[in-house]
Amino acid sequence: MHPEGSPISQRIREIPPSGIRRFFDLLASMEGVISLGVGEPDFVTPWRIREAGIYSLEKGYTSYTSNYGLLELREELAAYLAGRYGISYNPHRELLITVGVSEGVDLALRAIIDPQDEVIVHDPSYVSYMPCTVLAGGVFVPVPTNMENDFWVSARDIERRITPRTKAIILGYPNNPTGAVMEREELVKIAEVARRHNLIVLSDEIYERLVYGVEHTCFASLPGMRERTILLGGFSKAYAMTGWRIGYAVAREEIIEAMARIHQYTMLCAPRIAQMAALEALRAGDDEVEEMVAEYDQRRRIMVKGLNDIGLACFEPKGAFYTFPSVKGTELSSEEFAERLLIEEKVAVIPGSTFGQCGEGHVRCCYATSLAEIEEALERMGRFVRRLRRHRTK
Amino acid sequence: MKEILRILERDARKTPQKIATMTGKPLSRVKEAIKKAEEERIIVKYKTVINWDKLEEEKVQALVEVKVVPQRDVGFDAIAERIYRFPEARSVYLVSGTYDLAVLVVGSTMQEVAGFVSQKLAPLESVQGTVTHFLLKRYKEDGEILGVEEQPKREPLMP
Ligand SMILES: Cc1ncc(COP(=O)(O)O)c(C=O)c1O
Repeated sequence: MHPEGSPISQRIREIPPSGIRRFFDLLASMEGVISLGVGEPDFVTPWRIREAGIYSLEKGYTSYTSNYGLLELREELAAYLAGRYGISYNPHRELLITVGVSEGVDLALRAIIDPQDEVIVHDPSYVSYMPCTVLAGGVFVPVPTNMENDFWVSARDIERRITPRTKAIILGYPNNPTGAVMEREELVKIAEVARRHNLIVLSDEIYERLVYGVEHTCFASLPGMRERTILLGGFSKAYAMTGWRIGYAVAREEIIEAMARIHQYTMLCAPRIAQMAALEALRAGDDEVEEMVAEYDQRRRIMVKGLNDIGLACFEPKGAFYTFPSVKGTELSSEEFAERLLIEEKVAVIPGSTFGQCGEGHVRCCYATSLAEIEEALERMGRFVRRLRRHRTK
Repeated sequence: MKEILRILERDARKTPQKIATMTGKPLSRVKEAIKKAEEERIIVKYKTVINWDKLEEEKVQALVEVKVVPQRDVGFDAIAERIYRFPEARSVYLVSGTYDLAVLVVGSTMQEVAGFVSQKLAPLESVQGTVTHFLLKRYKEDGEILGVEEQPKREPLMP
């Protein structure tokens, strides 16, 4: 027995518990809450995809698949990436079906990080990047981004943080929590930096399909980046399949082989039903995805205008389904704002600080919720902000 | 134009102001587009989907297959017009297959619907025969599922 007594490893103790845990407890005791704190579509998975899942159960497809995932699915994905972004991957050796992008992030970092290797990540960023870096033994190096720069991370800021121990850059665009979408020009500069310093780029493109009026640039499609990029993609957001737990990773063979080795011993394979449903999703065509995107776009506009009208300055997000308004004018911290908004007006949002230091002063509001709820939430938030303002001027 | 129409098709009560915000188009353009669509009868009418089954006064509906002899020069149009002018005929379609016109008939009782078919439809000169199917239950109409579907709950907070 370890002399110290704690059964929990040092490594895990280094990871702070989630800051929003207490909001869950608050929420559980309340009724009539409108949540803008969700992180998934409000649509259910399109019926034909669900039906494919049912069919696969009926037919008795209940066994393991290859560690890499169903070859048919990998082939379909390779064709998808080639068709959409003009990049070709060998479905036999350069593509791995994962249990969501969540597993992909973990596998990628464990596959490439040695103790004390540094990983450069924009701040704010999705909540799993930091813990997964730490779990892999790496050091998380945040790069500030802000509203003034549309939450783009600049190649120059990345380059300034590079040391001999830097191993990788993580990019998560379209971005959770800000909704920012980086355009090709700046990404090309980041690609330059990656090449100059021989870095791997972990590109989490789970929101690739959810962009509004701009084009998504697949990082791996940039000149010279195919060999350096671990591209993570998923089905959760575009096809409203969060609960199915399925995603994929593509990279050059050496890296995918390493990731597959971890996956093989820790996960074995992604659920077969989910793989069969994902296959149907890819084959079903884009109509339903496009309909959902059109609807998100309308809600996005209502929410951005509504937040700005209230006085919560909000830059125009071009992707995902989040807005990230500033609450600095209220003189509350993002946590105080979120907590009081929940208690006083029963609207749940996520404090920006959850996503890194640079998220402080903002809250994340998700618009993957019906228009009626969005409008009611905006109404309540307006009331809340006006009340704060009145109290302050007194 | 199409985006505006799709919004109105789902919810005819959306104001031009709201549609302007939702689409990012100027208000004047939205108003103009709606006016044009109304004038050209692209927008035929603004109606409400009502689930009459919820009220006591149920309506009786029947889908009536009508087999007709087409007439020289006017084909099916003349007979279709004879039929669609009756208010009891809620929808009238020319269809391919074993019969020609599909007529959705509405009445307040079964007798009333049956009477309409036997007194008005069947005796028409070019009508060869009719088959009446009474609707027993309405599940989905015009893309709207009529029963209340329970929405599965999502986790309210998920970063
Ligand atoms: C940026 C980002 N990456 C990954 C995930 C996890 O996705 P998956 O459901 O594929 O594990 C999410 C979910 O919120 C996300 O926002």
